[in-house]
Amino acid sequence: MKTHVYRPLIVVLFIIAFILIARSLLVPKDFGVHERGYMYGWYRQGNVQEWSNSVKVKYQGADYCKECHSDKYESIMMTPHAIIECENCHGPAVEHPSEPPKLQIDRSRDQCLRCHYSLPYPTSGRANIRGVDPEEHNKDIECVSCHNPHKPSLEGLK
Amino acid sequence: MISRRDFLIHTIKGIAVAALPLSAFEIINPKKLFAEQNNGKNVRWVFLVDTYKCVGCGLCVKACKQENEIPYEANVTRTWVERYVLTSDGKLHADTPNGGRDGFIDPRIEIGHGKFEEIKKGDIKKAFFVPKLCNQCENPPCVQVCPVGATYQAPDGVVLVDREWCIGCGYCIMGCPYGVRFFHPKYHTAEKCNFCYHRITKGLKTACIQACPFGARQIGNIKDPKDPVTKIIMTERVGILKEEFGTKPQVYYIGLDKEVR
Repeated sequence: MKTHVYRPLIVVLFIIAFILIARSLLVPKDFGVHERGYMYGWYRQGNVQEWSNSVKVKYQGADYCKECHSDKYESIMMTPHAIIECENCHGPAVEHPSEPPKLQIDRSRDQCLRCHYSLPYPTSGRANIRGVDPEEHNKDIECVSCHNPHKPSLEGLK
Repeated sequence: MISRRDFLIHTIKGIAVAALPLSAFEIINPKKLFAEQNNGKNVRWVFLVDTYKCVGCGLCVKACKQENEIPYEANVTRTWVERYVLTSDGKLHADTPNGGRDGFIDPRIEIGHGKFEEIKKGDIKKAFFVPKLCNQCENPPCVQVCPVGATYQAPDGVVLVDREWCIGCGYCIMGCPYGVRFFHPKYHTAEKCNFCYHRITKGLKTACIQACPFGARQIGNIKDPKDPVTKIIMTERVGILKEEFGTKPQVYYIGLDKEVR
Protein backbone atom coordinates (compact mmCIF):
# COMPACT_ATOMS: atom_id res chain seq x y z
CA MET A 1 0.00 0.00 0.00
CA LYS A 2 1.17 3.49 -0.71
CA THR A 3 2.39 5.74 2.12
CA HIS A 4 -0.08 8.50 1.41
CA VAL A 5 -2.89 6.03 2.14
CA TYR A 6 -1.75 4.30 5.28
CA ARG A 7 -0.23 7.33 7.04
CA PRO A 8 -3.54 9.20 7.41
CA LEU A 9 -5.18 5.83 8.13
CA ILE A 10 -2.91 5.39 11.15
CA VAL A 11 -3.77 8.89 12.32
CA VAL A 12 -7.50 8.14 12.00
CA LEU A 13 -7.13 4.83 13.86
CA PHE A 14 -5.18 6.65 16.57
CA ILE A 15 -7.92 9.24 16.97
CA ILE A 16 -10.58 6.53 17.17
CA ALA A 17 -8.57 4.63 19.78
CA PHE A 18 -8.08 7.84 21.78
CA ILE A 19 -11.81 8.59 21.73
CA LEU A 20 -12.69 5.04 22.79
CA ILE A 21 -10.18 5.08 25.66
CA ALA A 22 -11.31 8.55 26.80
CA ARG A 23 -14.93 7.41 26.67
CA SER A 24 -14.30 4.30 28.72
CA LEU A 25 -12.51 6.40 31.35
CA LEU A 26 -14.95 9.32 31.48
CA VAL A 27 -18.33 7.61 31.15
CA PRO A 28 -19.44 6.05 34.44
CA LYS A 29 -19.89 2.27 34.56
CA ASP A 30 -23.62 2.56 35.28
CA PHE A 31 -24.33 4.77 32.28
CA GLY A 32 -25.95 2.89 29.45
CA VAL A 33 -29.13 1.36 28.11
CA HIS A 34 -31.39 0.04 30.86
CA GLU A 35 -34.73 -1.75 31.11
CA ARG A 36 -36.83 0.48 28.87
CA GLY A 37 -34.40 0.36 26.00
CA TYR A 38 -32.47 3.01 24.15
CA MET A 39 -35.33 5.48 23.66
CA TYR A 40 -36.49 5.83 27.27
CA GLY A 41 -33.92 3.96 29.33
CA TRP A 42 -30.56 5.44 28.33
CA TYR A 43 -29.20 7.01 31.52
CA ARG A 44 -26.85 6.94 34.49
CA GLN A 45 -28.40 4.46 36.90
CA GLY A 46 -26.82 5.96 40.02
CA ASN A 47 -28.90 9.10 39.53
CA VAL A 48 -32.08 7.29 40.61
CA GLN A 49 -30.58 6.73 44.08
CA GLU A 50 -29.19 10.27 44.10
CA TRP A 51 -32.67 11.70 43.67
CA SER A 52 -34.17 9.66 46.48
CA ASN A 53 -31.29 10.35 48.90
CA SER A 54 -29.94 13.82 48.20
CA VAL A 55 -33.07 15.93 48.66
CA LYS A 56 -34.03 16.68 52.25
CA VAL A 57 -37.61 16.15 53.42
CA LYS A 58 -38.86 19.52 54.66
CA TYR A 59 -42.60 19.09 55.15
CA GLN A 60 -42.89 16.58 58.00
CA GLY A 61 -46.67 16.45 58.43
CA ALA A 62 -48.99 16.97 61.39
CA ASP A 63 -48.01 13.67 63.02
CA TYR A 64 -44.50 15.02 63.49
CA CYS A 65 -45.82 18.23 65.08
CA LYS A 66 -48.13 16.21 67.35
CA GLU A 67 -45.20 14.60 69.15
CA CYS A 68 -44.50 17.82 71.07
CA HIS A 69 -47.50 20.06 70.41
CA SER A 70 -50.20 17.51 71.18
CA ASP A 71 -52.38 20.14 72.92
CA LYS A 72 -52.54 22.31 69.79
CA TYR A 73 -53.05 19.25 67.61
CA GLU A 74 -55.94 17.93 69.71
CA SER A 75 -57.68 21.31 69.82
CA ILE A 76 -57.49 22.01 66.08
CA MET A 77 -58.73 18.51 65.32
CA MET A 78 -62.09 19.53 66.82
CA THR A 79 -62.55 22.35 64.30
CA PRO A 80 -63.20 22.63 60.54
CA HIS A 81 -59.55 23.69 60.18
CA ALA A 82 -58.48 20.14 61.11
CA ILE A 83 -57.98 19.45 57.40
CA ILE A 84 -55.25 22.07 57.15
CA GLU A 85 -51.69 20.84 57.76
CA CYS A 86 -49.83 22.74 60.50
CA GLU A 87 -46.97 23.51 58.13
CA ASN A 88 -49.23 25.31 55.65
CA CYS A 89 -49.25 28.31 57.99
CA HIS A 90 -46.33 27.58 60.32
CA GLY A 91 -43.89 26.83 57.49
CA PRO A 92 -41.95 23.63 56.79
CA ALA A 93 -40.66 22.02 59.99
CA VAL A 94 -37.49 20.58 58.39
CA GLU A 95 -35.66 19.49 61.59
CA HIS A 96 -37.41 21.78 64.04
CA PRO A 97 -36.75 22.16 66.99
CA SER A 98 -33.02 21.78 66.25
CA GLU A 99 -33.02 23.49 62.86
CA PRO A 100 -34.78 25.91 62.54
CA PRO A 101 -35.37 26.55 66.28
CA LYS A 102 -38.31 28.84 65.54
CA LEU A 103 -40.74 28.63 62.66
CA GLN A 104 -42.04 31.69 60.88
CA ILE A 105 -45.82 31.77 61.03
CA ASP A 106 -47.78 33.22 58.14
CA ARG A 107 -50.55 35.28 59.80
CA SER A 108 -51.25 37.47 56.78
CA ARG A 109 -54.70 38.33 55.43
CA ASP A 110 -53.65 36.83 52.10
CA GLN A 111 -53.04 33.46 53.75
CA CYS A 112 -56.68 33.33 54.97
CA LEU A 113 -57.98 34.67 51.66
CA ARG A 114 -56.48 31.71 49.80
CA CYS A 115 -59.67 29.87 50.77
CA HIS A 116 -61.92 32.57 52.24
CA TYR A 117 -61.99 35.09 49.38
CA SER A 118 -65.57 34.65 48.26
CA LEU A 119 -65.52 33.33 44.69
CA PRO A 120 -68.90 32.11 43.43
CA TYR A 121 -67.49 29.28 41.31
CA PRO A 122 -69.97 26.51 40.56
CA THR A 123 -68.60 22.96 40.03
CA SER A 124 -65.74 23.75 42.37
CA GLY A 125 -65.41 23.09 46.09
CA ARG A 126 -64.69 26.79 46.46
CA ALA A 127 -68.39 27.62 46.26
CA ASN A 128 -69.01 25.73 49.52
CA ILE A 129 -66.47 27.65 51.61
CA ARG A 130 -67.69 30.62 53.62
CA GLY A 131 -65.94 33.61 52.16
CA VAL A 132 -65.74 37.37 52.40
CA ASP A 133 -64.98 40.25 50.09
CA PRO A 134 -61.82 41.68 51.67
CA GLU A 135 -62.62 45.10 50.25
CA GLU A 136 -65.74 45.24 52.42
CA HIS A 137 -64.91 42.99 55.37
CA ASN A 138 -62.86 44.98 57.92
CA LYS A 139 -60.33 46.24 55.43
CA ASP A 140 -56.79 46.84 56.75
CA ILE A 141 -57.29 44.75 59.91
CA GLU A 142 -55.45 41.45 60.23
CA CYS A 143 -57.88 38.51 60.29
CA VAL A 144 -56.13 37.02 63.33
CA SER A 145 -56.88 40.08 65.43
CA CYS A 146 -60.51 38.87 65.62
CA HIS A 147 -60.51 35.25 64.41
CA ASN A 148 -58.55 32.43 65.99
CA PRO A 149 -57.32 30.16 63.19
CA HIS A 150 -57.11 27.27 65.66
CA LYS A 151 -60.76 27.86 66.61
CA PRO A 152 -62.41 29.42 63.55
CA SER A 153 -66.02 29.15 64.79
CA LEU A 154 -67.75 32.29 66.01
CA GLU A 155 -67.27 31.24 69.65
CA GLY A 156 -63.56 31.55 69.01
CA LEU A 157 -63.87 35.26 68.20
CA LYS A 158 -61.56 37.38 70.28
CA MET B 1 -37.17 -17.33 -16.11
CA ILE B 2 -39.74 -17.53 -13.28
CA SER B 3 -42.96 -19.35 -14.06
CA ARG B 4 -46.34 -17.80 -13.41
CA ARG B 5 -47.02 -20.51 -10.80
CA ASP B 6 -43.79 -19.84 -8.86
CA PHE B 7 -44.33 -16.10 -9.02
CA LEU B 8 -47.75 -16.42 -7.36
CA ILE B 9 -46.44 -18.80 -4.65
CA HIS B 10 -43.53 -16.48 -3.82
CA THR B 11 -45.85 -13.48 -3.72
CA ILE B 12 -48.18 -15.19 -1.22
CA LYS B 13 -45.21 -16.19 0.94
CA GLY B 14 -43.82 -12.66 0.80
CA ILE B 15 -47.13 -11.12 1.87
CA ALA B 16 -47.45 -13.61 4.74
CA VAL B 17 -43.98 -12.73 6.06
CA ALA B 18 -44.52 -8.98 5.67
CA ALA B 19 -47.83 -9.21 7.52
CA LEU B 20 -46.17 -10.73 10.59
CA PRO B 21 -45.89 -7.95 13.15
CA LEU B 22 -42.50 -7.41 14.76
CA SER B 23 -44.07 -8.13 18.11
CA ALA B 24 -44.68 -11.72 17.02
CA PHE B 25 -40.96 -12.33 17.25
CA GLU B 26 -40.61 -10.62 20.61
CA ILE B 27 -42.39 -13.34 22.53
CA ILE B 28 -39.43 -15.65 22.03
CA ASN B 29 -37.12 -13.27 23.89
CA PRO B 30 -36.92 -14.94 27.34
CA LYS B 31 -34.64 -12.24 28.72
CA LYS B 32 -37.34 -9.64 28.25
CA LEU B 33 -40.06 -11.83 29.71
CA PHE B 34 -37.90 -12.50 32.75
CA ALA B 35 -37.22 -8.81 33.28
CA GLU B 36 -40.93 -8.11 33.25
CA GLN B 37 -41.58 -10.52 36.10
CA ASN B 38 -38.65 -9.26 38.06
CA ASN B 39 -38.11 -6.51 40.59
CA GLY B 40 -38.72 -2.89 39.82
CA LYS B 41 -41.65 -3.84 37.67
CA ASN B 42 -44.21 -4.05 40.46
CA VAL B 43 -44.35 -0.29 41.10
CA ARG B 44 -45.69 2.25 38.63
CA TRP B 45 -46.51 5.60 40.18
CA VAL B 46 -49.62 7.37 38.97
CA PHE B 47 -51.41 10.50 40.12
CA LEU B 48 -55.07 11.31 40.55
CA VAL B 49 -56.51 14.84 40.67
CA ASP B 50 -60.09 15.57 41.66
CA THR B 51 -60.91 18.96 40.15
CA TYR B 52 -64.24 19.14 42.00
CA LYS B 53 -62.38 19.22 45.31
CA CYS B 54 -59.79 21.83 44.33
CA VAL B 55 -60.62 25.29 45.68
CA GLY B 56 -57.56 27.07 44.28
CA CYS B 57 -55.89 27.81 47.62
CA GLY B 58 -52.46 27.20 46.07
CA LEU B 59 -51.03 25.64 49.23
CA CYS B 60 -49.78 22.75 47.07
CA VAL B 61 -47.70 25.15 44.96
CA LYS B 62 -46.30 26.85 48.06
CA ALA B 63 -45.33 23.51 49.60
CA CYS B 64 -43.88 22.16 46.35
CA LYS B 65 -41.61 25.15 45.81
CA GLN B 66 -40.23 24.99 49.34
CA GLU B 67 -39.89 21.21 49.47
CA ASN B 68 -38.11 20.98 46.13
CA GLU B 69 -35.91 24.07 46.57
CA ILE B 70 -37.30 26.05 43.66
CA PRO B 71 -36.44 29.75 44.26
CA TYR B 72 -39.66 31.10 45.77
CA GLU B 73 -39.78 34.44 43.97
CA ALA B 74 -38.82 33.07 40.53
CA ASN B 75 -41.86 32.65 38.29
CA VAL B 76 -41.24 28.95 37.71
CA THR B 77 -42.83 26.02 39.49
CA ARG B 78 -43.04 22.24 39.25
CA THR B 79 -46.77 22.21 39.89
CA TRP B 80 -49.31 24.95 39.37
CA VAL B 81 -53.05 25.59 39.55
CA GLU B 82 -55.06 26.95 36.65
CA ARG B 83 -58.36 28.79 36.93
CA TYR B 84 -61.00 28.36 34.23
CA VAL B 85 -63.98 30.68 34.05
CA LEU B 86 -66.60 30.23 31.33
CA THR B 87 -68.98 33.12 30.88
CA SER B 88 -72.47 33.11 29.41
CA ASP B 89 -71.19 34.72 26.16
CA GLY B 90 -69.34 31.44 25.52
CA LYS B 91 -65.91 32.89 26.22
CA LEU B 92 -63.22 31.05 28.15
CA HIS B 93 -61.08 32.94 30.64
CA ALA B 94 -58.10 31.15 32.13
CA ASP B 95 -55.20 32.27 34.24
CA THR B 96 -52.63 31.10 36.75
CA PRO B 97 -51.15 34.13 38.54
CA ASN B 98 -47.69 33.14 39.82
CA GLY B 99 -48.68 29.53 39.14
CA GLY B 100 -51.32 29.90 41.85
CA ARG B 101 -48.58 30.08 44.48
CA ASP B 102 -50.49 32.68 46.52
CA GLY B 103 -53.91 31.29 45.71
CA PHE B 104 -56.54 33.19 43.77
CA ILE B 105 -57.10 36.29 45.85
CA ASP B 106 -58.45 38.36 42.99
CA PRO B 107 -61.77 37.68 41.24
CA ARG B 108 -60.40 39.35 38.10
CA ILE B 109 -58.64 37.22 35.49
CA GLU B 110 -54.99 37.99 34.83
CA ILE B 111 -54.43 38.53 31.10
CA GLY B 112 -50.72 39.29 31.22
CA HIS B 113 -48.55 42.41 31.26
CA GLY B 114 -50.05 43.36 34.60
CA LYS B 115 -53.54 43.66 33.11
CA PHE B 116 -56.69 42.15 34.54
CA GLU B 117 -60.11 41.37 33.14
CA GLU B 118 -63.19 42.10 35.19
CA ILE B 119 -65.86 39.37 35.20
CA LYS B 120 -69.39 39.97 36.46
CA LYS B 121 -70.65 37.48 39.02
CA GLY B 122 -73.86 36.84 37.11
CA ASP B 123 -72.03 36.05 33.87
CA ILE B 124 -70.20 32.99 35.22
CA LYS B 125 -71.58 29.79 33.70
CA LYS B 126 -68.95 27.44 35.05
CA ALA B 127 -65.73 28.03 36.90
CA PHE B 128 -63.25 25.67 38.45
CA PHE B 129 -59.59 25.05 39.24
CA VAL B 130 -57.28 22.49 37.67
CA PRO B 131 -53.98 21.57 39.33
CA LYS B 132 -51.25 20.62 36.87
CA LEU B 133 -48.00 18.71 37.31
CA CYS B 134 -45.76 16.39 35.33
CA ASN B 135 -47.76 13.56 33.76
CA GLN B 136 -44.86 11.06 34.03
CA CYS B 137 -45.91 9.81 30.57
CA GLU B 138 -45.48 6.18 29.62
CA ASN B 139 -44.05 7.44 26.30
CA PRO B 140 -42.32 10.63 27.43
CA PRO B 141 -41.43 12.86 24.45
CA CYS B 142 -39.03 14.86 26.65
CA VAL B 143 -36.92 11.72 27.14
CA GLN B 144 -36.88 10.88 23.43
CA VAL B 145 -35.37 14.24 22.49
CA CYS B 146 -32.61 14.34 25.12
CA PRO B 147 -29.34 14.06 23.20
CA VAL B 148 -27.18 13.09 26.19
CA GLY B 149 -29.31 10.65 28.21
CA ALA B 150 -29.76 13.14 31.04
CA THR B 151 -33.50 12.67 31.32
CA TYR B 152 -34.94 9.20 31.53
CA GLN B 153 -37.72 7.08 32.87
CA ALA B 154 -36.89 5.35 36.14
CA PRO B 155 -38.06 1.71 36.49
CA ASP B 156 -41.07 2.90 38.54
CA GLY B 157 -42.28 5.16 35.74
CA VAL B 158 -41.14 8.53 37.10
CA VAL B 159 -39.25 10.69 34.61
CA LEU B 160 -36.13 12.11 36.24
CA VAL B 161 -33.47 14.63 35.20
CA ASP B 162 -29.80 13.93 35.93
CA ARG B 163 -28.51 17.37 36.89
CA GLU B 164 -24.89 16.31 36.42
CA TRP B 165 -25.57 15.01 32.93
CA CYS B 166 -27.89 17.76 31.64
CA ILE B 167 -26.18 20.17 29.26
CA GLY B 168 -29.05 22.67 29.29
CA CYS B 169 -29.93 22.47 25.58
CA GLY B 170 -33.65 22.89 26.31
CA TYR B 171 -34.95 20.35 23.78
CA CYS B 172 -37.00 18.62 26.48
CA ILE B 173 -38.57 21.92 27.51
CA MET B 174 -39.73 22.39 23.92
CA GLY B 175 -40.66 18.73 23.55
CA CYS B 176 -43.05 18.52 26.48
CA PRO B 177 -46.61 19.09 25.22
CA TYR B 178 -47.79 19.90 28.76
CA GLY B 179 -45.24 22.66 29.43
CA VAL B 180 -44.16 21.21 32.76
CA ARG B 181 -40.43 21.71 32.22
CA PHE B 182 -38.33 24.80 32.85
CA PHE B 183 -34.75 25.75 33.63
CA HIS B 184 -33.82 25.69 37.28
CA PRO B 185 -32.78 29.29 38.05
CA LYS B 186 -29.89 28.10 40.23
CA TYR B 187 -28.58 24.93 38.58
CA HIS B 188 -29.33 25.97 34.96
CA THR B 189 -30.47 22.45 34.14
CA ALA B 190 -33.86 21.18 33.03
CA GLU B 191 -36.24 20.92 35.97
CA LYS B 192 -39.56 19.16 36.38
CA CYS B 193 -41.94 17.57 38.85
CA ASN B 194 -40.74 14.11 39.86
CA PHE B 195 -43.61 13.22 42.21
CA CYS B 196 -41.28 14.27 45.09
CA TYR B 197 -39.04 11.28 44.35
CA HIS B 198 -37.16 11.74 47.63
CA ARG B 199 -40.46 11.39 49.51
CA ILE B 200 -42.31 8.64 47.64
CA THR B 201 -39.27 6.35 47.81
CA LYS B 202 -39.35 6.75 51.60
CA GLY B 203 -43.04 5.87 51.82
CA LEU B 204 -44.16 9.48 52.28
CA LYS B 205 -46.76 11.32 50.21
CA THR B 206 -45.66 14.09 47.88
CA ALA B 207 -45.46 17.56 49.43
CA CYS B 208 -48.43 18.82 47.37
CA ILE B 209 -50.65 15.93 48.50
CA GLN B 210 -49.75 16.49 52.14
CA ALA B 211 -50.37 20.23 51.86
CA CYS B 212 -53.77 19.91 50.13
CA PRO B 213 -56.48 20.36 52.78
CA PHE B 214 -59.23 19.06 50.51
CA GLY B 215 -57.82 15.77 49.26
CA ALA B 216 -57.83 16.93 45.64
CA ARG B 217 -54.53 15.18 44.95
CA GLN B 218 -53.62 11.51 45.41
CA ILE B 219 -50.76 9.25 44.40
CA GLY B 220 -50.89 5.52 43.88
CA ASN B 221 -49.31 2.45 42.36
CA ILE B 222 -51.24 1.30 39.28
CA LYS B 223 -49.61 -2.14 39.47
CA ASP B 224 -51.28 -2.78 42.83
CA PRO B 225 -54.94 -3.75 42.29
CA LYS B 226 -55.72 -3.05 45.97
CA ASP B 227 -54.45 0.55 45.82
CA PRO B 228 -57.38 2.98 46.34
CA VAL B 229 -56.11 5.20 43.50
CA THR B 230 -55.92 2.20 41.13
CA LYS B 231 -59.48 1.27 42.08
CA ILE B 232 -60.75 4.77 41.24
CA ILE B 233 -58.87 4.85 37.91
CA MET B 234 -60.19 1.41 36.97
CA THR B 235 -63.80 1.85 38.04
CA GLU B 236 -64.63 5.55 37.78
CA ARG B 237 -64.75 8.07 34.94
CA VAL B 238 -61.34 9.67 34.70
CA GLY B 239 -59.74 11.74 31.97
CA ILE B 240 -56.21 12.49 30.85
CA LEU B 241 -54.70 15.54 29.19
CA LYS B 242 -53.89 15.70 25.45
CA GLU B 243 -54.63 12.06 24.76
CA GLU B 244 -54.15 12.65 21.01
CA PHE B 245 -50.40 13.11 21.46
CA GLY B 246 -49.98 9.42 22.30
CA THR B 247 -47.76 10.19 25.27
CA LYS B 248 -49.91 8.05 27.63
CA PRO B 249 -49.91 10.53 30.53
CA GLN B 250 -50.22 8.98 33.99
CA VAL B 251 -51.92 11.85 35.80
CA TYR B 252 -55.64 11.11 35.82
CA TYR B 253 -58.30 13.76 36.35
CA ILE B 254 -61.79 13.51 37.78
CA GLY B 255 -64.12 16.18 36.40
CA LEU B 256 -61.98 17.21 33.45
CA ASP B 257 -63.69 19.68 31.11
CA LYS B 258 -63.21 19.93 27.35
CA GLU B 259 -61.93 23.47 27.85
CA VAL B 260 -58.95 22.25 29.89
CA ARG B 261 -55.79 22.10 27.85
